[in-house]
Amino acid sequence: MGHHLLSLRGLTKAYPGVVANDDVSFDVAEGEIHALLGENGAGKSTLVKAIYGLVTPDAGEMEFAGRRFAPAEPSDARRAGVAMVFQHFSLFNALSVAENVALGMETPPRTRDLARRIRDVSEEYGLPLDPYRTVGTLSAGERQRVEIVRCLLQEPRLLIMDEPTSVLTPQEVEILFATLRQLREEGRSILYISHKLDEIRALCDTATILRLGRRVATCTPAERSSRELAEMMVGASFATPEPRGAAPGEIALEVAGLSLPAPGAFGTPLREVGFDLRKGEVLGIGGVAGNGQDELLAALSGERPAPRGTIWLSGRDISRLGPMARRDSGLLSGPEERLGHAAAPEMSLTENAVLTAARRERLVRGGFIDWDAAERFARRIVDRFDVRTPGTDTAARALSGGNLQKYVIGREILQRPEVLVVNQPTWGVDAAAAAAIRQALLDLAAKGTAILVISQDLDELMQISDRFAALNEGRLSPARPVAELTLERIGLMMGGAHDMEVAHAEA
Amino acid sequence: MDFGSINPVLLVASVMVSATPILLAAIGETVVERSGVLNLGVEGMMITGAVVGFAVAVNTGDPASGFAAAALASAVLSLTFGVLTQIFLSNQVATGLGLTLVGLGLSSLIGKPYEGMKSPTLPKLDLGPLSDLPVVGRMLFSHDIMVYLALGIVALVWMFLKFTRAGLILRAAGENHDAAHALGYHVVRVRLMAIFFGGACAGLGGAYLSLVRVPQWTEGMTAGAGWIALAIVVFASWRPWRVLVGAYLFGGVTVLQLNLQAAGADVPVALLSASPYLVTILVLVIISARGAHAAPGSLGRPFHASQ
Amino acid sequence: MIALEKRPQPSRGWLVAAPLLAVVLTMLVGGAMFAALGVDPVEAIRTIFWDPLFNPQFASYSRPQLLVKAGPLILIAIGLSLGFRAGIWNIGAEGQYIMGAICGAGAGLAFYPSESLLIFPLMALAGALGGWAWAMIPALFKTRFGTNEILVSLMLVYVAESILASVSSGLLRNPEGMGFPGSRNLAQWDAAANRELLANTGMHWGVVAAFVSVILAYVLMSRHVLGFNIRLSGDAPRAARFAGVRPARIIIFCLGTAGALAGLAGLFEVAGPAGQISIDFNSGYGFTAIIVAFLGRLHPVGILLAGLLMALTYIGGELAQLMLGVPGASIQLFQGMLLFFLLGVDVFTNYRLRLGRREVA
Repeated sequence: MGHHLLSLRGLTKAYPGVVANDDVSFDVAEGEIHALLGENGAGKSTLVKAIYGLVTPDAGEMEFAGRRFAPAEPSDARRAGVAMVFQHFSLFNALSVAENVALGMETPPRTRDLARRIRDVSEEYGLPLDPYRTVGTLSAGERQRVEIVRCLLQEPRLLIMDEPTSVLTPQEVEILFATLRQLREEGRSILYISHKLDEIRALCDTATILRLGRRVATCTPAERSSRELAEMMVGASFATPEPRGAAPGEIALEVAGLSLPAPGAFGTPLREVGFDLRKGEVLGIGGVAGNGQDELLAALSGERPAPRGTIWLSGRDISRLGPMARRDSGLLSGPEERLGHAAAPEMSLTENAVLTAARRERLVRGGFIDWDAAERFARRIVDRFDVRTPGTDTAARALSGGNLQKYVIGREILQRPEVLVVNQPTWGVDAAAAAAIRQALLDLAAKGTAILVISQDLDELMQISDRFAALNEGRLSPARPVAELTLERIGLMMGGAHDMEVAHAEA
Repeated sequence: MDFGSINPVLLVASVMVSATPILLAAIGETVVERSGVLNLGVEGMMITGAVVGFAVAVNTGDPASGFAAAALASAVLSLTFGVLTQIFLSNQVATGLGLTLVGLGLSSLIGKPYEGMKSPTLPKLDLGPLSDLPVVGRMLFSHDIMVYLALGIVALVWMFLKFTRAGLILRAAGENHDAAHALGYHVVRVRLMAIFFGGACAGLGGAYLSLVRVPQWTEGMTAGAGWIALAIVVFASWRPWRVLVGAYLFGGVTVLQLNLQAAGADVPVALLSASPYLVTILVLVIISARGAHAAPGSLGRPFHASQ
Repeated sequence: MIALEKRPQPSRGWLVAAPLLAVVLTMLVGGAMFAALGVDPVEAIRTIFWDPLFNPQFASYSRPQLLVKAGPLILIAIGLSLGFRAGIWNIGAEGQYIMGAICGAGAGLAFYPSESLLIFPLMALAGALGGWAWAMIPALFKTRFGTNEILVSLMLVYVAESILASVSSGLLRNPEGMGFPGSRNLAQWDAAANRELLANTGMHWGVVAAFVSVILAYVLMSRHVLGFNIRLSGDAPRAARFAGVRPARIIIFCLGTAGALAGLAGLFEVAGPAGQISIDFNSGYGFTAIIVAFLGRLHPVGILLAGLLMALTYIGGELAQLMLGVPGASIQLFQGMLLFFLLGVDVFTNYRLRLGRREVA
């Protein structure tokens, strides 16, 4: 490891009501993989946006390769040799791979030359790509390759990666890590943002830990245990969900041969999905983003009617029923997207209570809404799930992600469902709130509710599920008891290995 | 009924003339929508262009200055829409409607003194031997310069969107403005320029109506041409050459119904005069029923660069 | 540099203040416009906003006109506001208004010269149905094929105008009219006339219908689950589907109601103030109602006030035209500016200004 490539001194950035970064200083050496570790809301994103020129810090200085560095916009940063792979928000679905790459470069060559260079670079680093494909048709892993190749073509000295593995299967993660180590050998530096401790311990040379906008520590992650890192990151030890002992009961929800065409140009069709779910049981469904999770939730919630005879609730065919009728018969659901899907952003919490609880909680009588009853129900959710809000007349969009998530999950739980289906119940939620939501789900299961958790967070699924299945390109693998699973087998399931049965039999 | 009075050569020639205003407005709006902005004020910008172009041409005696002034006036007017929607983040649908209402009011205010006047009109170009060609010469090569300029703009827009980096950035802003912003592109600036261009094109289209096609000023003379231009952009799936096809098809319907009326066809006049609008509805329905949607991903969505 | 920052909650104060500020700004800029036209701006503003109500010379004529003009504007705007709340952009109310008038007048004239008491109710029903049917065209295309309702509803205005021209010189032409286009005068036929209910107030059945529609819309939007579903569809269409709202039903209800109300407005106009079907029967109420709906914040009570204000600009505009020689079109511009300024100042309802350093925008 050589000199410092990037130095931050006293970087501060405040937004109204929040100090995103408070006097942050650290150095990234040449040829090292430097982790930036912290919870959601710890200020990681704001910090890297400042390095990439998307945000102007209020105070503090940066130095890059021995020179003062204050990029006014991303092109300044790119010219200096900084490249960034975004977590989301930076690809254009309707444009080709080559066009997407060109947009991330300062002076792209002509299309034909660019296409050749994309092929060369992608093969050199083991990330094959077709430059003329439309990005919207690529898998999540391939889309990330587009971003990485886009960065590599600029020969960056510093590569920033924001949560790169959240969209990858374990096997794809290995490929990515190999690429990153290859880049390190070439003397490039990588600033690697994550909250996944095992990854960081396996990959990174140094880690800087942020909490609530401040730098807590800089250390060598391989020398620390995951537990130590977690405590530095969270600032306290937090409760892990209590295991349950209840034995699953009779079948509550049965899905068989469920196929649905893709809802739009870039959606995923469901292909012969089948599973059963017992009372008191938690079934976890994993898989890389974009493999049919949203589509499965929409089919189960009733937003998209399913073919007759594919979805059975306690022995009754509910395939053709709409969302309201399904709620009436006890099947409740919580979609991934909080704002705009599970909740209406401009409406108050009270109004959002009416959204799904109108009939089960008798908030509507004779077509007229009983606003007092709705307010009481909203207040119960707020109290029971510790939702931090000025009041129930606050607009949903004014709540933080974690608080709104507690609210929308709480809204379904308090309606005492027979079956509850949730997609990404703790996505983007801080650790304490996530733990609370998981515990609430387990408590509900203990009372006999059948729960289906769709999630991209494998740790979460391993923690709370009894059985596990994986979605791949709209197909669902057979469910396996969690106790029998290894990481490798999960990876195979997520990657769509259809010989699972055989592999299992041989094992 | 006397179909013999309809001369096919003149028919094609007049289709080119009658399609030009809509073609100009539609190609401008295509650029605006490709940048992710839905400007429903085309009608208002066209009619402002029509009246300003007419007034300036009458006062200067020079139709070219009329066209230039029309383009400028409509572009400036479109910037009010741009500032409201892009900087003040107002609803694009409501603001576009407002722009149309403002344009209609403004134009009749400006146009009052010019009613019933005649303006100098554009001369037909003499393209030498081309214009002298039998049949084709009269059909295609004896128009005024704006007809060819409109075609040229379509070609330029096509090349701009397909081959230039600026065009790529514009499409990127329209496709996903958050991503474009994250890569450091100035979404608002790009969109304001697109809106300005769209306004200028609509102004030229309006001026073509009042200076060549009609040629005089009457209140409300655009009679929905701006709305039809909007429909053509949808019809064309936001592609320049298809905009050309759509505008010429529409020009064809307009000319045909006028010719049928003149020929005393045995069809109710109301049906004939409503036919351009009915055809537009029909086309919109067919396009949407086919499900061919290629709308830019961020079309009509407000963009605010927060944090 | 000034930056905009999203408020956590819409500001209640600005919700009310924005329309008022918009009116003030319009008066200022409108005054400048009048000055440019060589008219004393103070005089012009006074003539438009004050004289119709309080100048003894004009008030006796103008005051009743206020309700006559506000009635159709409010009735149409209430209908439009339902759709606008749900993100359904019916901008073809002018066409629905025309078709309501034609159907209503036609239904009545079919029984001429009967003096049955059923004629006027029949006409009202036919008027509402006519407007409803005309609005069902974009509604069905939208629900069936996803066709853009903005363009279809607007195109249908021009089609309706063609039909109006055709029937006023054909089907509905007054057989005793010596060949002039235009229908019989309904206002002079007792069974069909939409009379002034209270002398010298301008109050006719259309105004009553407008007031009733304000009350019903208020109850619908604030108390009824259908109104809740309409608002939900506008705020978050995906959340609405998740809640179990069927988008097609909302589209059909909103467009249908707007069409029926616009049709009713047309019928009340043709049977009262206008008197007959003629080529230039429609006067742009359908478009001005869009401004009224927005100016009233899509809220029934706001629309009531906005409708009265807009009616005032019509009457005051005519007065200014008469007294000061202000061009009639300047009032149309005035109304357009009002909408523009409202949309502009509306930003402060959802955002606040912050002075600070600039970021990449």
